[in-house]
Amino acid sequence: MLAKFRALRAEHAAVSAAGQDPFGVAFDAVLSATEAMLGGRRILLLGTNNYLGLTFDQDCIDSAVAATEAQGTGTTGSRIANGTYGGHAALERRLARFLRRRSAMVFTTGYQANLGALSALAGRGDHLLLDADSHASIYDGARLGGAQVTRFRHNDPDDLRRRLRLLASQPGEKLIVAEGIYSMLGDTAPLREMAAVKREAGAWLLVDEAHSLGVLGEQGRGLAEAEGVEEDVDFVVGTFSKSLGAIGGFCASDLDGFDALRLSARAYMFTASLPPSIVASVFQAIEVMEENPQLRDRLRRNGQQLHAGLAVAGFALGAMPSPIVSLPMPDRETAVMFWNALLAEGVYTNLALGPATPGGKPLLRMSVSAALTPAQIDTAIAAIARVGRTLGLLHSALAAAE
Amino acid sequence: MLDEQAALREITEALEESGKLTGPVTMETSILHDLSFDSVGAIDFIMLLETRLDTIIPMDRMAEIETIGDLVRVLTSETAAS
Repeated sequence: MLAKFRALRAEHAAVSAAGQDPFGVAFDAVLSATEAMLGGRRILLLGTNNYLGLTFDQDCIDSAVAATEAQGTGTTGSRIANGTYGGHAALERRLARFLRRRSAMVFTTGYQANLGALSALAGRGDHLLLDADSHASIYDGARLGGAQVTRFRHNDPDDLRRRLRLLASQPGEKLIVAEGIYSMLGDTAPLREMAAVKREAGAWLLVDEAHSLGVLGEQGRGLAEAEGVEEDVDFVVGTFSKSLGAIGGFCASDLDGFDALRLSARAYMFTASLPPSIVASVFQAIEVMEENPQLRDRLRRNGQQLHAGLAVAGFALGAMPSPIVSLPMPDRETAVMFWNALLAEGVYTNLALGPATPGGKPLLRMSVSAALTPAQIDTAIAAIARVGRTLGLLHSALAAAE
Repeated sequence: MLDEQAALREITEALEESGKLTGPVTMETSILHDLSFDSVGAIDFIMLLETRLDTIIPMDRMAEIETIGDLVRVLTSETAAS
């Protein structure tokens, strides 16, 4: 039964042989939004997606504790079979108000939000147009629904237009899917151009703001807000597990009849709903996010500091400054060595390998948090530069700088 | 719609353009094993071919593509939109 995983196991063993298992890091304790203990040592966290640093926000913690004491530890069932708690409905109203949408629907994870929304919205006979670099949850949701799936080149509105033209004569609804910020490189979708293509083709548009909610836009509603195209976005998907510091996902819309998804999205219907503690902490995190726009400024400054520091150190960086900063690695072996050496220096980052990365190329992925101090970021930059120098990745730029 | 010979010719030319043509390509040539594509590279190559031929290969048909012959069959079938 498990023999088919022999090659995968061998590959994993090879990656782990160079030091720690990059996919099995088990912290002794997580101390704060920016530090953890690992093997008895204090580690700086530079790969958490904890963008606003709210995992240890005292008001969020207090709300979660109070909800647990008042309502218990779990809901033990799904919304449709076992009932909705007052908190679920209140969170959906609160979220809709924040997003300025008529309706919002909460899922138990962000993965399930895409799985449920995409599979319910685009069924057999419909068409899904997915960016080639879409997250696995988007691909999986597409497969579950049975729509015909067409990939367009990453962030290429012209390729999207061409494909919609080829599909123009085919019946069925056409739903375009893009992400606010792509998680591997931190690049954003050209949403204004894509919205124009969507209008021309009479298609629908869904934007997954998982990494951009609380990060982009003056109010933190994401890339669609930042680009001024919210009216063109028919469905917004997102997660509570990044900027809101908990777990869960959502889909929101202004369309009439959106509630039909509650009776058709399998990933909503056939899974237990979020526990009271999470519902309460997310509700509170939305309040904190709204009341503290300076968190977004700090996050932006931290991303710029890391990006600029690494560029000055001589690293070639792909995307523009964003909370996600990724270093392209020349090969898998160097990537694994880099990741291990950084951990030995006390800095935790993410090792990203193909096929999960654009072009299947290995990346050392980092994400900053608003909770990081400038001093912590400087410490990280110095460590990354030391490792880069040791591994011979900085020779030309450094030689020029020194 | 393309015939098989034309499809094979286009595939060969696209392989040459992307520097993957190392020898003669036949209907039996395996895309992953003989042309040294990994899974990501193979999908990128198929996208390049879609652009070149101004067509779409639906994702659900990609699973059946192992050899150049499979790719030719998909390109010449009616489900490829053009």
